[in-house]
Amino acid sequence: MSDYILEMRNITKEFPGVKALNNVNFKVKRGEIHCLVGENGAGKSTLMKVLSGVYKYGTYTGDIVYNGEVQQFRGIADSEDKGIAIIYQELALVPELSIYENIFFGHEIMSGKVIDWNQTIVKAKEVLEKVRLHVDPSTKVKSLGVGNQQLVEIAKALSKNVKLLIFDEPTAALNEDDSQNLLELMKELKSQGVTCIMISHKLREVTAIADTITVLRDGQTIGSKENHGITEAEIIKDMVGREIDNIYPKREKKKIGDVCLEIKNWTVDDPKSGREILHNVSINVRKGEIVGLQGLMGAGRTELAMSIFGNPTGYRIKKGEVLVNGKSQRFKSPREAINAGVAYVTEDRKGNGLVLIQDIRYNTTIANLKKLVKGLAIDENEEINVANGYKKSINIKAPSIEQKVGNLSGGNQQKVQLAKWLFVEPQVLILDEPTRGIDVGAKYEIYSLMNKLVEQGMSIIMISSELPEVLGMSDRLYVMSEGTITGELSSDEADEQTVMAMAIKS
Amino acid sequence: MEKNENKSGGLGELGSLLKKNMKDYMMYIALVVIMIFFTWKTNGGFLTARNISNLINQAGYVAVLAIGMTLILILKHIDLSVGFVAGFCGAIAAILMTKAGINEWLAIAIVLLIGLVIGLYQGLLVTRLGVPAFVTTLAGMFIFRGALNLVLQDTGTIIVPNKGFNALSNGFIPDIPGVDLGFHLLTLLIGAVGIIMVVFSQVKARRNKIKYNFKVSSTPVFVAQMVFISAIIIVICWVLASYQGVPWTAVIVGVLLFGYNFMLNKTKLGRYIYGIGGNDQAAELSGVNVKNVTLFAFCSMSVMAAIAGILYTSRLQSATPTAGTAFEMDAIASSYIGGTAVSGGVGKVTNTLIGVLVIMSLTNGMNLMGVDISMQYMVKGIIFIIAVAFDVRSRAKAK
Repeated sequence: MSDYILEMRNITKEFPGVKALNNVNFKVKRGEIHCLVGENGAGKSTLMKVLSGVYKYGTYTGDIVYNGEVQQFRGIADSEDKGIAIIYQELALVPELSIYENIFFGHEIMSGKVIDWNQTIVKAKEVLEKVRLHVDPSTKVKSLGVGNQQLVEIAKALSKNVKLLIFDEPTAALNEDDSQNLLELMKELKSQGVTCIMISHKLREVTAIADTITVLRDGQTIGSKENHGITEAEIIKDMVGREIDNIYPKREKKKIGDVCLEIKNWTVDDPKSGREILHNVSINVRKGEIVGLQGLMGAGRTELAMSIFGNPTGYRIKKGEVLVNGKSQRFKSPREAINAGVAYVTEDRKGNGLVLIQDIRYNTTIANLKKLVKGLAIDENEEINVANGYKKSINIKAPSIEQKVGNLSGGNQQKVQLAKWLFVEPQVLILDEPTRGIDVGAKYEIYSLMNKLVEQGMSIIMISSELPEVLGMSDRLYVMSEGTITGELSSDEADEQTVMAMAIKS
Repeated sequence: MEKNENKSGGLGELGSLLKKNMKDYMMYIALVVIMIFFTWKTNGGFLTARNISNLINQAGYVAVLAIGMTLILILKHIDLSVGFVAGFCGAIAAILMTKAGINEWLAIAIVLLIGLVIGLYQGLLVTRLGVPAFVTTLAGMFIFRGALNLVLQDTGTIIVPNKGFNALSNGFIPDIPGVDLGFHLLTLLIGAVGIIMVVFSQVKARRNKIKYNFKVSSTPVFVAQMVFISAIIIVICWVLASYQGVPWTAVIVGVLLFGYNFMLNKTKLGRYIYGIGGNDQAAELSGVNVKNVTLFAFCSMSVMAAIAGILYTSRLQSATPTAGTAFEMDAIASSYIGGTAVSGGVGKVTNTLIGVLVIMSLTNGMNLMGVDISMQYMVKGIIFIIAVAFDVRSRAKAK
């Protein structure tokens, strides 16, 4: 048998309009811990989905060679049969079931036609011993902490006789102790002959534990290095070392005025997990200014925006202050925030941004119907004029404003979202990942629009995990990591490596 | 491409129009087929003036419930309690008029208020405490069934003597005084005004669409549509005029239908209801007060249930302990047959009314044919599930 348990050769995976993976080569040695790093959108998760069969054989090109044989996985069940398992960031356990039920869920131990529960419990204890989780296996999973739940997930994988275990951002939701624990466990698994692949943004952990590090960038393999004292700086350089194309339109005149929106000492709990998700966040944005808010996924950027914007998800705001034009405000609903001149364009346009089964006209005006009401009824002629106006001015490509937004491309959907919020005529526009999943042409149009808006005196906070975008567009930027502002930089001070170093600081 | 298609006009366009909007026309076709079938099976008995008047009076309370239910279903909720809320409210009206000796109009006002309170109670449970509507209103079903029995425990069925009250579901609008032509003149006049209003508003809407370069059907097809709608109104009015004229029930349902249709299509509130049904999170983030809009829908539903209870009591001229049984089934089925999406966000009260006519024609026709009640339920159930399955399928295809 070869040295390599896994070789992925020339993997190319395309989505409509995007090459998510472009000729990726990825080789994993038997019995090593192999770390896969890269920015958001670099293709790490896509690669792992190809490997596990989520993207079926035939939907990509290239070969997966596992244990010396070319594999044709048609689903997760196929890859699991061969001993490949993924531990996802969002755990896939049934909270109301006990630990042992969860471990053997889907591959129950049978005696004849019925489940042999006694044997199940005995076996569960064995695998729990392997992951060093010393709790009663009949405990319900929901009463465990996140760290222990993850151990149950690993135990589940081990119970299936796993040979290759993939961790997708395993420590993202864990505290320091649990993280250390997990890394120790990975080393132990390695000594038991289990090969591990870990996807992580936390380079400190990566350099501490990896035998080999592979960097992906923009769907391509940048390099694979054995870890003989690789520094974080070296990895960062590989992660971000792309040439920035000149896709950011220049702004003609900058006229930056007074502070328009200010957040002070904003500290917020998530009542679901009981964790503090934002710690003492203080940021501000001035009139006519684009402020970038950079941070990796899970840094708390969206939570920050949502908790300011009327807090519809019901976070617990422990302390802090929101000032609009110097006046202290605490918005109790998105409506109050809108009325005060704050608009929030969500990152998830399909999930909570647009009403997909309604048309462009409907979505354009829904946030400010007040302006169109005459007497009791909505003035439909005026509404059509408004929607047509935005369709033209921000170039929404559709046959007419009666087109359902569900049928538009990502870029045009994003423009409809922008139209909706421009119609509200806000002072402060918070854009959350404004260009995620849209093509270069539409990106450029959105950047130009942003420039035009600030020239007219609007303030923009741009939340983004795409470094080049934040650097290209912002007058000033904040970097966020794990719910804390880890740095504030002017556009002159900021470069990719400084920002990346701040973004992964913990 | 589409523009050329429109210009070509004629039968080809009518065909493609039919194909494209098959889903919308389906229930009209179903209604016509059902009506023809029963007319044939009853040797014309179904389509007599007397039976059509009867059908309208029978359908009234279901229509009122179904209109309210459409809002609830668009919002992806459900209200199972409406049947017994209607029964209970009807009983209270009867008690107020007979035992308390209150004037019928005041009694109606009080009952509507009771409906509002019931709506507040259920709506607050759903929106403020987060109890699922299914559970809240299932409990409501128990509670108001019990309440109905309780208030009628001592008296049993209460006969309502008030003429004005009973006219609501049995009476007809008066004719113009001093005219006797052997038919109901005012009914025909109402029909004529109705046709003028429909044609006028359609022409205006079409002109507007042309002004903004939206897709419209070609002139011959548009004219054909107008002729078709006018013909239906003429036939109905003619049939009614040759009997006793327009029933008061039709007037009440008509006013409610107009009001709800206006609200859903023309007002902020209507937009918000569709928005919440389509994507509640997006609506919330667009500044819509999701909880209050939902609360409104539940209040409207229970007030409509109170109106339905009044109509039903008026129809029977009495309040009985079994009033309201299974009303919710007809109301929910009607709304779904009328094209309200099971996944929420889509639905029209005008189409719901067609759904009501489908369901009530089935009931009425099978009664005329003497079909056993157990068979009736099964037939209605089968038609209901076919309609919804068809709707779900065609929506999935459209995606």
